[in-house]
Amino acid sequence: MNILEVQDVVSGYGSMEVLHGVSITVEQGKVVTLLGPNGAGKTTLLRTIFGLVKPTKGKIFYKGDDITGIPPQEMARIGLCYVPQEENIFPTLTVQENLEMGAFIRKDDYTDRMEEIFSFFPDLTDRRKSRAGDLSGGMRQMLAIGRALMLNPEVLLLDEPSTGLAPVLVDHIFERIKFLNEQGVTILLVEQNAQALSTADKAYIMEGGEKKAEGPAKELMANEEIGKHYLGR
Amino acid sequence: MIELTIYGIVLGSIIALGSMGLTLIWGITDLFNCAHGDQMTVGAYSAFIFTSLFAHLNILQTKVGPFSFNWGIVVAFIPAILISIMLAVAIDRWVYQPLRRAGVHSITGFIASIGVAWALRGVVYIIWGADFHFYNQGLRPTIVFQSGIKFRVDEIFIVIVSWLSVLFVYLFLNRTRTGKALRALADNQSLALVSGINVERMLIWAWSVAGLLIAVAGILYGIETQLRPEMGWIFLLPLFAAVILGGQGSITGALIGGLVMGIAQQVSTAWLAPSYKPAVAFIIMILVLIFRPQGILGRRSR
Repeated sequence: MNILEVQDVVSGYGSMEVLHGVSITVEQGKVVTLLGPNGAGKTTLLRTIFGLVKPTKGKIFYKGDDITGIPPQEMARIGLCYVPQEENIFPTLTVQENLEMGAFIRKDDYTDRMEEIFSFFPDLTDRRKSRAGDLSGGMRQMLAIGRALMLNPEVLLLDEPSTGLAPVLVDHIFERIKFLNEQGVTILLVEQNAQALSTADKAYIMEGGEKKAEGPAKELMANEEIGKHYLGR
Repeated sequence: MIELTIYGIVLGSIIALGSMGLTLIWGITDLFNCAHGDQMTVGAYSAFIFTSLFAHLNILQTKVGPFSFNWGIVVAFIPAILISIMLAVAIDRWVYQPLRRAGVHSITGFIASIGVAWALRGVVYIIWGADFHFYNQGLRPTIVFQSGIKFRVDEIFIVIVSWLSVLFVYLFLNRTRTGKALRALADNQSLALVSGINVERMLIWAWSVAGLLIAVAGILYGIETQLRPEMGWIFLLPLFAAVILGGQGSITGALIGGLVMGIAQQVSTAWLAPSYKPAVAFIIMILVLIFRPQGILGRRSR
């Protein structure tokens, strides 16, 4: 089943069109990755799906319902959560308070969920009371993902979680993403790092606001032309 | 010197109350609210309405312990705070919110707030005139220590009430869900939006906190000195300096900034004529900003 479907979306900022008609589908329970260089429109696509940018054309479906133009605070309610690439934590709040803010719209008791997230990212447990702004880059990414997970999302939109991280931490983040996926969370992952393909089931390659290639991640990895052209091999 | 420091702490506590609300609003909306000083004047005069009323009805006229004022002013805090909160929320709803919706630059809001400031002061002039007013007539008792240090008994009350208010706001911001969301909003507005925090609803809370603090500041300043229509407008300068010193959006910074401003201004009068006080405050502000452009506890530029 396609949990998320983007049909011919045209979108951008003001008079600047960034996406020139992009379609993607995300199957429930899978990891789908959007690869491409800077300026390819990957982030804009995520922001458009999440309602932060309004598409001028095209439609977005979630579980078969048209969600085009729904404001972001509603997205969290229906089961979509978004982790921006930068400024994705509240720096002067503590780690625990960041997670509480992730659960802001929950009216029920979320302490169990918080403990669960601390168990996903054990490194954060000792830093509960630390200011989030004092965390290292890797821990910040984990906290950012943890914040989004507080609402038990069905689909997690992740924007370049590997940015600026040491290779060993990149491996760790991708391993955690895989783990979350095994817990049943569908993941749409934007990356410049081709390593993301090894975690993904399916991949799209984007450039200049258009889709250039798509297919099972393994096939794209094996494809020499794509490797040379887009993956820097 | 010690006397000046004590008076500096008294003044600094009042400045801190005003600057905390100012920095909270500035941190969330990028609006530097120049009407904050005149909201303080309105807070002080709102309490005066009730103290006059109580005097007229001849109720609550017993003096409070060793202080110069009667129970009327203590009771008047409550309605004055409520008026101040309603005024703050109303100003935001009718002036700043339409500007935000129109997406204007923060400098436009800044200019608009100067307009609000003049309008509020105009109303105060119309109702009460330019004369000084006092909550209570009569002598203000002082305590003199053996060492010769003396200060007014009322100042103990001012410091206690200021710090209780600070504690109250601190607990609100750090212990309640709404308070934490306000801090989150000041920290990272787009992420707050992504987390489903309703910015406009939170702003009502922010303005309420600012309205509460500024009313308390106004009444305390009225007890310490006297009521006059310009009191808040002139007070805006040290508030401004304290907020800049503390760093945009930093509540703790505003608290420290307020105390620094109060103490520095008063202690400087040991060597300089009192009319130079504001200059001293601003020289300190400029010196701090040269070495720490983001303020004492401000966020580093992004």
